[in-house]
Amino acid sequence: MNPGDPAITWIEDKPLGLAERLYLPLFVNGLTTTARHLVSPKVTVSYPDQRPKVGNPLIYRGVHRLNRDEDGRVKCVACFLCATACPARCIDIVAAESPWPDRDKYPESFQIDELRCIFCGMCEEACPVDAVELTSLLDLTGKSREEMIFDKEKLLSVYDMTKDAEPMKSTAMGCTP
Amino acid sequence: MQSLLPSLPTIIALVKIGALIGGLMTAAAYLVLVERWMAAWVQDRKGPNRVGIPLTKIRLFGLGQPLADGLKIILKEDFTPKHVDKVLYAAAPLVILAASLAIFAAIPFGSSLPPIPALGLESEEPLLVAPGLDVGVLWVFALSSIAVYGVLLGGWASNNKYGFLGGLRSSAQLVAYEIPLGLGLLGVVLAAGSLKLDAIMDAQASSGIWYAFAQPLGFVVFMIASFAEAARLPFDLPEAEQELVGGYHTEYSGIKLLLFLVSEFLHMVTAAFLIVIMFLGGWHLWGLTGSGPVETWLVAVIRFGVLSAKILGVILFFMLVRWSWPRFRFDQLMNLAWKVMLPLGLANLVTVATVEEFRPQMVTAFGEGTAAAVAIAAPWAVFVLGWIAAGMLTPTGTDNSPIRTHGPLDAEHSLGSRPHDLVEA
Repeated sequence: MNPGDPAITWIEDKPLGLAERLYLPLFVNGLTTTARHLVSPKVTVSYPDQRPKVGNPLIYRGVHRLNRDEDGRVKCVACFLCATACPARCIDIVAAESPWPDRDKYPESFQIDELRCIFCGMCEEACPVDAVELTSLLDLTGKSREEMIFDKEKLLSVYDMTKDAEPMKSTAMGCTP
Repeated sequence: MQSLLPSLPTIIALVKIGALIGGLMTAAAYLVLVERWMAAWVQDRKGPNRVGIPLTKIRLFGLGQPLADGLKIILKEDFTPKHVDKVLYAAAPLVILAASLAIFAAIPFGSSLPPIPALGLESEEPLLVAPGLDVGVLWVFALSSIAVYGVLLGGWASNNKYGFLGGLRSSAQLVAYEIPLGLGLLGVVLAAGSLKLDAIMDAQASSGIWYAFAQPLGFVVFMIASFAEAARLPFDLPEAEQELVGGYHTEYSGIKLLLFLVSEFLHMVTAAFLIVIMFLGGWHLWGLTGSGPVETWLVAVIRFGVLSAKILGVILFFMLVRWSWPRFRFDQLMNLAWKVMLPLGLANLVTVATVEEFRPQMVTAFGEGTAAAVAIAAPWAVFVLGWIAAGMLTPTGTDNSPIRTHGPLDAEHSLGSRPHDLVEA
């Protein structure tokens, strides 16, 4: 870069005035800023005592759930689109012949390794029947790695737990169930 | 048998030492908590508020935190790296802690206690470990200079570049700021006519004019210099975490690190004590404490409370300042010391010396009131003029921007010419 290049517009600091040279505005600014924050309301959430507020639970990406249809059956049709979309490869589906006449396949087993999951929400995007969704549950803990691999029953139970607070996104967004 | 028993003054001195060291250590531990709270509040956080009474669920706003912190750091591994100078490495924290505790021998932590005839105390008992020390101020400054050796030894013995840089910066900074510190102090000593800190407080109490009002320039210079001496932001270059990984105590861990951190806090407490005692009237508060000798316990307690409250206020100011202004660059630090603080300190000293010298003549010529007014007005005039002069005369910064010339080079090289074109030309 040629510093003398006429194409360059140089922006100069304004020369300091008397007050700034005396350091007084800086002094006052610094002190008033810190003093204001000293007494201003705090943003910290005292977590176990106080739950953090999730802005919009419908778009929050927490623990997964497997949705049920009106008959209480698992909605999933074992198409493997979510497992294919998953960048962390944490979804493991075993498909089987469906016992119901309205679909060909259903998942015999559906496992999500919550420890591998990066909570990107791609599975939710990929699902053609809105069967897998991410809830707003954010405190996901367990005592062993095995415990953190959620199987179909557990994912369905997450649905049962959250279905009242968080309606299925598809219906909430105006899609047909 | 009688001679084997310690004499009464010895017992009193031991009691005072015990109270002082116990109080200081507790205060240092809780000031760490206060500092963490202040830091958190300024940053819109809540700060430590969980640890309460051990083994219970009682939280007490986090008042148990110092205990937990102390236990944690004491139980941590005291690791000595292979490459250090073993003797100096072990000596440095002891030197710095011993020096910063010994300083308090000459610092009064209250006014005095009323006579207690039951214990054989016929006269007032000053709240001062070494009451007879006529060179109190010198003692304080000599020992605070020795505390620098702890920093230097720690930095040198660590055999670590960060530690070494921290030690170097510390030595340069402390040498530079001892001078404005001393100049600020000399004005007070001249005005009070004594090197005893309790006499300086008495002088302010009897006249009712704190030296911060009588010598504003000296107060500002002393205040800024004591921030630098205590290595607090904005002058914490010796241990700037972002630049030096902690500076001189980079290689220290466990209880040795604890000693360093405690003595750092004690430096701040010492600075607060000195500011309050020398410039903010010590235990004196108009209409509340009186100014004469201590006759009742109530007065003694009130004076102790006033002194403590003032010191706490100054310490809180120290902590607030930490988050208010960014750290100075080292050349700015040196410029401030030698080109601003030193002349201002000298100006204050000369003014005070002149006023004190001619005060008797002024009193005989114009009367007491005029003389007192001049004694206040002259330092304030010097304060305002000196501050403005310092602001106008000192360079505001170093211009590091590239040199922009519109010369023949630009005509030859069109837009987008590369740097090495210029070099070749």
